[in-house]
Amino acid sequence: MTLAQSLSIGAPEVVLAAGALVLLMIGVFRGNDSLKGLSWGAVILFGLAALTVIDDAPVRELAWNQLYVADALSSFLKILILGGAAAAVLMALPYMERVKLHRFEYPVLIVLATLGMCVMVSANNLLTLYVGLELMSLSAYVLAAFNRDEQRSTEAGLKYFVLGALSSGLLLYGVSLVYGFVGSTEFTRIAAGLSAGEGRNMGALFGLVFVFAGLAFKVSAVPFHMWTPDVYEGAPTPVAAFFASAPKVAAMGLFLRVALDAFSGMIADWRQLVIFMAIASMLVGALGAIGQSNIKRLLAYSSINNVGFMLIGLAAATASGASAVLLYLVIYVVMTIGSFLVVLALTDADGNAVETLDDLAGLARTRPWLATALSIFMLSLAGLPPLFGFMAKLAVFNSAVDAGLWLLAVLGVLSSVIAAYYYLRVVKILFFDPPAGVVANGQGGAVVNNGMMVAAAVFCSPAGYLLLGPLAQATRLAAGSLF
Amino acid sequence: MLSAMILLPLALALLVLFLPGDEAAKARTARLVGLGTTLLLFAMGLVLWAGFDSSTAAFQFTERAELFGGLFSWHLGVDGISLVLILLSVFLMPLCILAGWDSVKTRVPEYIAAFLVMESLMIGVFSALDIFLFYIFFEAGLIPMYLIIGIWGGKRRIYASYKFFLYTLLGSVLMLLAMLWMVREAGTTDIPALMAHDFPVKAQTWLWLAFFASFAVKMPMWPVHTWLPDAHVEAPTAGSMILAGVLLKMGGYGFIRFSLPMFPEASVQLMWVVLGLSMIAVVYTSLVALVQADMKKLIAYSSVAHMAFVTGGLFAFNTQGLEGAMVVMLSHGVVSAALFFCVGVIYDRLHTREIDRYGGVTTNMPRYAIFFLLFTMASIALPGTSGFVGEFMALTGIWKANTWVVFVMATGVILGAGYMLWLFARVMYGAQKNADAAAMPDLNRREWAVMVPLALVALWMGIYPKPFLEPLKAPVGSLMARLERAAPPQTPHTPIVAQSPVQLASATVGDAK
Repeated sequence: MTLAQSLSIGAPEVVLAAGALVLLMIGVFRGNDSLKGLSWGAVILFGLAALTVIDDAPVRELAWNQLYVADALSSFLKILILGGAAAAVLMALPYMERVKLHRFEYPVLIVLATLGMCVMVSANNLLTLYVGLELMSLSAYVLAAFNRDEQRSTEAGLKYFVLGALSSGLLLYGVSLVYGFVGSTEFTRIAAGLSAGEGRNMGALFGLVFVFAGLAFKVSAVPFHMWTPDVYEGAPTPVAAFFASAPKVAAMGLFLRVALDAFSGMIADWRQLVIFMAIASMLVGALGAIGQSNIKRLLAYSSINNVGFMLIGLAAATASGASAVLLYLVIYVVMTIGSFLVVLALTDADGNAVETLDDLAGLARTRPWLATALSIFMLSLAGLPPLFGFMAKLAVFNSAVDAGLWLLAVLGVLSSVIAAYYYLRVVKILFFDPPAGVVANGQGGAVVNNGMMVAAAVFCSPAGYLLLGPLAQATRLAAGSLF
Repeated sequence: MLSAMILLPLALALLVLFLPGDEAAKARTARLVGLGTTLLLFAMGLVLWAGFDSSTAAFQFTERAELFGGLFSWHLGVDGISLVLILLSVFLMPLCILAGWDSVKTRVPEYIAAFLVMESLMIGVFSALDIFLFYIFFEAGLIPMYLIIGIWGGKRRIYASYKFFLYTLLGSVLMLLAMLWMVREAGTTDIPALMAHDFPVKAQTWLWLAFFASFAVKMPMWPVHTWLPDAHVEAPTAGSMILAGVLLKMGGYGFIRFSLPMFPEASVQLMWVVLGLSMIAVVYTSLVALVQADMKKLIAYSSVAHMAFVTGGLFAFNTQGLEGAMVVMLSHGVVSAALFFCVGVIYDRLHTREIDRYGGVTTNMPRYAIFFLLFTMASIALPGTSGFVGEFMALTGIWKANTWVVFVMATGVILGAGYMLWLFARVMYGAQKNADAAAMPDLNRREWAVMVPLALVALWMGIYPKPFLEPLKAPVGSLMARLERAAPPQTPHTPIVAQSPVQLASATVGDAK
């Protein structure tokens, strides 16, 4: 395989890498005033990268000496990641202006993180995986501490960094064990090596546990979830929105590929881990959220809870399970970005962010549309019909029933009832309580943000079901490339 | 036609939210739009009834569109059972809008929108022919009802709204898993196809229990009825009307559409669970109703008792039982909605539901007293009212299945007469204890407009129930044919044959010789 071929297969990454450097140069020379231009530049870059992805025919192609794979799964995930990243860049603009935080590094860091994520989902080797993961993580640490003059933000950055470094260490240790006991870091060879050996490969099993621990940290599955509420709360809101969307997609997609591709010979072994993480995440996410008074922390627990449901699809270890995870990811990203858009729009009369739930009391009286949008997102995250979030839950439960994982399915539906309680609590605060009058009667905020919010709300409303046809087809195709 | 009936109220609900003008103007227009829409839907319901062919058990007015990528489909249709329940819904809705015309003063457009959404979902539940579409409509109804109770409810509305929502949701999620398994097993999401599919007998028990968890909560059956009194007491009048009138019927509809035809063997195996709970419910909730000091709570408990006749009738496995259960549902839909409205009428005047605060209301509200009496009698199942037809048929059906069950359930009729008459006596007769209660004005024009149709239908169903029974015949017949193979127990039929007097006389004479 020639270099030219590799370059053309890896076109999205090439575009992002070159673009990031160009944006960085422009930023350095033009200063912080270029934030707006750079942000739109980043969005155009994402668009270009997405175009190169869509151009790809969904055939499995290997590049860079089998380090890199481009298939239907990676294309699907990349489009979702690029969309989430674009939303994160755009939604930040009015916020940055409001809190006087316009620094040109924001879009550049997002582009670099996105590049890392694209590498992650295209990894065909544990080392490519690590490189992509680290590029994403390092950008994310800086982004978490982006508001460097604020204590909470720096604390979030530091916490994220320390715990993230630990998880990277675990992951690397696992990679080295797998390499030692199987003899390769390439996914296809690991799979072949595992199925060739006699009996159970204990060393590889140890490696697998460490690799899964590192990945679980990135998707914030219990018991590796501790950083999530603190980081979401401390990081600037658009950054938290970014963390909750695109990196989750990348890490979950990677999880699918590692589990179902590289370790497909050890399904019975890792299934126990995933089932435990799924149940624990669903329960911790549901119970932990009940006591929260900050909406960003609540959304953090909500993301832990939702990751638990996604892991149900992974535990099924079937094509229908994988496609359920992918469908879940699409719907989850839209719901989460929508929720954070609402949080961004909540400001008091002085333009300060309003984040405590008590201050949102009676929002339906003062800002009815904002309250309606947030309610749609909350009820959709809860997976209540007729909202589109129900479809995501239905898909993962379906895969669990298909695979005969009854305990998981039953605990899943029961924990979704517990989770419904705190989502309903938000609706209650918005609609039933007397107005607190903290949130200002804004003039509607930025047009772009409002447009995205409306689009997300319509997607999560029953109207979203009309998109089910193409979505189901795409997820089935993407999941098919793993089997 | 059915799609239009589902989408029209949804579209108008959205429209109502976008009304221009100030608060008062918005409220006025919203009420008018609400009333207009519900009346239009009632007219569409009548058209549906007129075009319905009662001679067949097949689904009619079917529509099918593959909108959801082959996972499930937009598949609608009605048979006689769903037809009468849709008629009940569209009949009650305009009356509900009228019932809250003056008493709801805050956030009127949202209120009307919630009711319109509710109506759309109710029609959806009764006409869905796809199992997941059914589930979506079935569960979606929780959200508008949660808002109706939580925003326009009484003092403990928040507790009641949570309890209502989470209780019902918890009941339903297991049903969802059962549905997923069934779809996987049968390879289709079509309800008619699933109704004809023979599920393995072993699995049926589990599936039946999962569905039972949902429908028993919705119905509600003892001991999972505790959400109902709270929800009813706190809901606004119109909310209680729709809750008692239609939402409870979804449980019964679920039993007759899913549990019985899809799991006939399990239904027979587990019939004693249902009959046992029904017997307890009738006696226990009737006794509880007897001691209530709150009018709405009393009627709520009486609803649980009446619903036990429905479950009893359904699980008697014979034609009378099934038809009787359906008629009890229809009758209860009209009568309990009417009773809740009766309570609402005096609640609007005095803002209390406490029985003790009233007394001698007949003196100052004689016209109201007549209606209240009529509905009380209908609730007691006096012959000539709708309640009698249903309960008599249901009890006849249960008699065939087991005589002892009837013995217990019939005490419910007596106890029912007890608590309803006592309620009536305490509120309407006696001395006028309180000056404010004595000063309440009689019915106004709006209240007449709600009372009269309810009263007419309650009498019509009591005197000439045939038009309501007619559409039920064919689907009940096919359901009976389906239940046949499970061989439900029935008491042997020993006809009493009248002998001619001449023969009798000759026989006696012969003996004497």
